[in-house]
Amino acid sequence: MTDPVIEAIDVAKVLGHGPREVHALKGVSLALQGGELALLMGPSGSGKTTLLSILGCMLTPTSGTVRVRGRSTDGATPEELARLRRDNVGFVFQTYHLFPTLNATDNVRLALDLREEHVEGAAARAKDALAKVGLSHKTRAYPRQLSSGEQQRVAIARAIVADASVILADEPTAALDGENGRAIMTILSSVARDAARGVLVVTHDPRLLPYADRIIHLEDGRVVREERNTAADAQGGERAPEQNDVA
Amino acid sequence: MPLIFKLAFRNLFHDWLRFVATVIGIVLSIVLVTVQLGLYFGFERMVTTMIDHAAADLWIVPQGTKCFEDPSLLDVRKQFRARAVDGVAETVPVVLGFADWRMPSGSITPVFVIGSDLRSRGLLPWNLVEGDVEALATPNAIAVDRSYFRTLGIAGLGASAEIRRQRVRVVAVTNGIRSFTTTPYVFMSVDRARAHIGISSDEANYILVRLASSADASAVRRQLMANMSDVDVLTPSEFRSRSRSFWLFGTGAGAALFGGALLGVIVGTVIVALTLYSSTKEHLVEFATLRAMGSSSRYIHKIIICQALISAVIGFSLAKVIDDAIVAMTASSALPIVITSTLTVSLFALTVLMCTVSATAAIMKVTRIDPVMVFAR
Repeated sequence: MTDPVIEAIDVAKVLGHGPREVHALKGVSLALQGGELALLMGPSGSGKTTLLSILGCMLTPTSGTVRVRGRSTDGATPEELARLRRDNVGFVFQTYHLFPTLNATDNVRLALDLREEHVEGAAARAKDALAKVGLSHKTRAYPRQLSSGEQQRVAIARAIVADASVILADEPTAALDGENGRAIMTILSSVARDAARGVLVVTHDPRLLPYADRIIHLEDGRVVREERNTAADAQGGERAPEQNDVA
Repeated sequence: MPLIFKLAFRNLFHDWLRFVATVIGIVLSIVLVTVQLGLYFGFERMVTTMIDHAAADLWIVPQGTKCFEDPSLLDVRKQFRARAVDGVAETVPVVLGFADWRMPSGSITPVFVIGSDLRSRGLLPWNLVEGDVEALATPNAIAVDRSYFRTLGIAGLGASAEIRRQRVRVVAVTNGIRSFTTTPYVFMSVDRARAHIGISSDEANYILVRLASSADASAVRRQLMANMSDVDVLTPSEFRSRSRSFWLFGTGAGAALFGGALLGVIVGTVIVALTLYSSTKEHLVEFATLRAMGSSSRYIHKIIICQALISAVIGFSLAKVIDDAIVAMTASSALPIVITSTLTVSLFALTVLMCTVSATAAIMKVTRIDPVMVFAR
């Protein structure tokens, strides 16, 4: 087995102070392998978003360690964490967070621009990424001219264009209808087929289960159960989960 | 087009109404600053115009003289002592003062008489458009500026009037020699000036000193001061400085002009700051998204600074057009607005600085952005 692309080791997070103190995460450990698509599921308030924020190097844990491609984030400054995100992590958000004043190509190109890849090739790479998500015909369209599903595809193209080794998706299908949701998950599955890249999807949606290699259940700040899909379909199709209680 | 510039530009134009308001704010601010400073420079130029046009290396003035237009009298025989100093080539007495001008219609208006030795050419009219300086040697001859014809109640060259009940005749006409006090200057020979002002032939207001080509001005000046009492010996630069200080700061006029300019800068800064702040606040989720995507703080700051600079360039360009029109409109007024190329460059730098400083609040706002907010929206 290869080294995980991202790893949380006994991560705890306390939010707030004094009487408003909340133990959002209580010793969570998980590792995402390259070529894997994992679902992070759990009820509201279970700590999914907090864990996603910590894995995405936006939030620092109160205790425990996060490693991104083997590099620990302990003691990293906000700017160092930003660099770590820029170089290794791609995000897909529930509400897409595209820039309304930029067209699809520029929205994708932005991820390269942040890495100071301003060269001519950046636009070509952005168009390639859009082609991978089936939007080669919409490269000049602005977000307002795109359907919800298309906007989410642009967001995925933005996440993958810079060859991030980890894609963190927060409820990527929550704002989409069934057909678009399936299309997005098919794209994310194909993204996860790259052995150098892992995809972690936070979701409430049970319709996404068949796309996962692994399902991680989080409750009350703890990983309570993991299910591995033993009949993984190479094309990102239906997979039968095998349960494994953690807690 | 660099993406950072495109993003900044489109952030600004995304709400074009707000952008128009910003540009109007910048334009008004810069026009106000330009007019105030242009008036200052115009005023500064006018209060020293006589000193600028006098053919003098040094000025002997009554002790404590504050400005050119506020002369006391000195004994004209001091010029003989001055001539005795090594390095002094020539001395020229200048007489000036207020007198009453009686128009052909009988009305009276004050004028400022300036008399200088015609042969030595101490302080003679310049920018002549009609007649000639030599004609001032003829009886009762004077020179006036054509902008004062109406004030003086005359038609032009050859017109007659009276100063202190003595007849005068216009033999030369100048263009653009205007007084900021609005009292017309009237040039004539030094003896005629004494008669019109009512001082004796032993008196003068200033003595202009011209030095020999090999003379050391500082040494001559020291010697002149040692040889004479109750006078100040000034270089043209020092006399200009005294006049400026008196009129611009002694009277409070300069402070008022600078105050207005400062107000313009403050108003402009506040307007741009508010706009950039509200624009940044509106695009906060986008900035948080950038931060979540791994943008450095520097990248985000560059977007905001870029927005500020775009506002500055557009605002300044429009303000420049208005400023040029104002300059053209005031060119022949009593107090023309003067905008030098240095002032233009300085104003552009000021606009950029003003807009950049205005970006501070917006930058502070994005600096505190928590990228986690992208998950909450």
